[in-house]
Amino acid sequence: MIVMDDVYFTYPNGVEALMGVNLKIEDGEFVAIMGQNGAGKTTLVKHINGLLKPTKGRVLVDGVETTKVSVATLARKVGLVFQNPDHQLFSETVEEEISFALKNFGYDEKTIRERVDWALNLLDLNEYRKVSPFMLSGGERKRVALASVLAWDPKIVILDEPTIGQDYRQKERLKQFIVQLNRQGKTVIIVTHDVEFVAECNPTIMLMRQGRIIATGEAREILTNETLVNQASVALPEITKIFKGLEDFGFPRKVIDVYEAADILYERLGGQR
Amino acid sequence: MSMFDGFKFRSVSSPIHQMDPRAKFIYVCILFVVTVMFSNLIPLIILFLIQVPFVFMARVQKEWMRSMKGSAMFAVIIFVMNLLSLYFYTGYETFGSILERSLAMTVRFIVLVQTFSIFFLTTSPDMLGLALEQSHIPYEICFAFTTAVRFVPVLAEEAQTIMDAQKARGLEMEGGNFFKRIRNYIPILIPLIVNAIRRSLELAETMESRAWGANRNRTNLYVLKMRREDVLLILISLVILAVSIYVSMNVQMPSIIQLLTS
Repeated sequence: MIVMDDVYFTYPNGVEALMGVNLKIEDGEFVAIMGQNGAGKTTLVKHINGLLKPTKGRVLVDGVETTKVSVATLARKVGLVFQNPDHQLFSETVEEEISFALKNFGYDEKTIRERVDWALNLLDLNEYRKVSPFMLSGGERKRVALASVLAWDPKIVILDEPTIGQDYRQKERLKQFIVQLNRQGKTVIIVTHDVEFVAECNPTIMLMRQGRIIATGEAREILTNETLVNQASVALPEITKIFKGLEDFGFPRKVIDVYEAADILYERLGGQR
Repeated sequence: MSMFDGFKFRSVSSPIHQMDPRAKFIYVCILFVVTVMFSNLIPLIILFLIQVPFVFMARVQKEWMRSMKGSAMFAVIIFVMNLLSLYFYTGYETFGSILERSLAMTVRFIVLVQTFSIFFLTTSPDMLGLALEQSHIPYEICFAFTTAVRFVPVLAEEAQTIMDAQKARGLEMEGGNFFKRIRNYIPILIPLIVNAIRRSLELAETMESRAWGANRNRTNLYVLKMRREDVLLILISLVILAVSIYVSMNVQMPSIIQLLTS
């Protein structure tokens, strides 16, 4: 469980990135953190694995205060995948890249081999095993970065902007993948601007604005609330916009899912199921 | 990172900021020469003190303090190294004089840091490029120079992000022996260099697509002109140089110990 208790954070250059954040994320929960650029989303998630320590307030991961343990200790539990894969890739082959963290954590040779195989399969990277990560395309590099974190099977997985630079098909796979991770009991936290992606995944949403969490709730409630969504510089999902325009005809407003929308329209048009 | 902040341009409006970068450059060069010329404590302390008013005039005290604090560790190392090597390799000196010599070397380092800190804090990379250009240095070279300077803070920030990303994968920067510590930098340096190369290629392409170098005869919106203050600064610098040369050739510099005991 992750608990933030009145967390403030100020960068050394004086920028106040977090101003009184309170949150609680249960084990196995699926959370999307959304909000405008510079709202403090990335700063917030960097507090969970202890890369940043609060200027004021407390961050507890499974009851342990992040100021009391090293990043490496926390990282075993909290896997954070950074936005830009180029900020971490450095090895000669994809395989070595994935085993980097495992070596850091001191796993034995055999386990490392097993885990690397597992992660390569999981992200469909088997054919690139011996290829240099620098030779891969942007989307593939992103998957290598993801594999290199998932390899040690952290209990909490945080993905910073996972959908950026991914084509439709990769996004679709990423979505299934994330949902699957969550079903396996992992706590999954994603930081994103991608409303459509979130609407399809249906997580708990935390909306941020200027260093504060302004709303927490189910995707259906938050993403259909125009005032809130505007405050956080997030757009309504396309489908919600349509149903908002159709409100006068007695259509429900709180629709975010395309399949649900199709069902409602089908029924209204006299279809039988 | 705080050390870098002491060398990063601070946009403040002050008489020092408005000065011609060429005048400031001459000042820096002369101070550099003079600082290296002396190895006695007294003139070096004087050089340190005469620059303090500049810091306050430029209103960059906070950033200047950062560069001073940042250099403190190096200063201590220089002091200890000097002390040890003088103590073990020059037998004839008294401990007091060894102490003073070591202190002098440390102050010399601090004065150099201070001089460059003032220069970079008060001179924007643009002005620096302009100064080079109007000194008839080819534009390609000026541009490469200003770009390099401009990207220093960007790289510093990127290095921090990379460090965070690797720490998140269990890399422990502290601890371990000397070789392990050096090895720890590989996962940070490789992405940093790869990204820098990638960025420079991208920059070259975007610049060419914006017609960089299309016209041989470039003109500038701002043209640098020496004003009375600038000439004054150059004159002061020259006076410092002349006095220093005179003093170092003709005056037997007393040590502080001699002054105290006499």
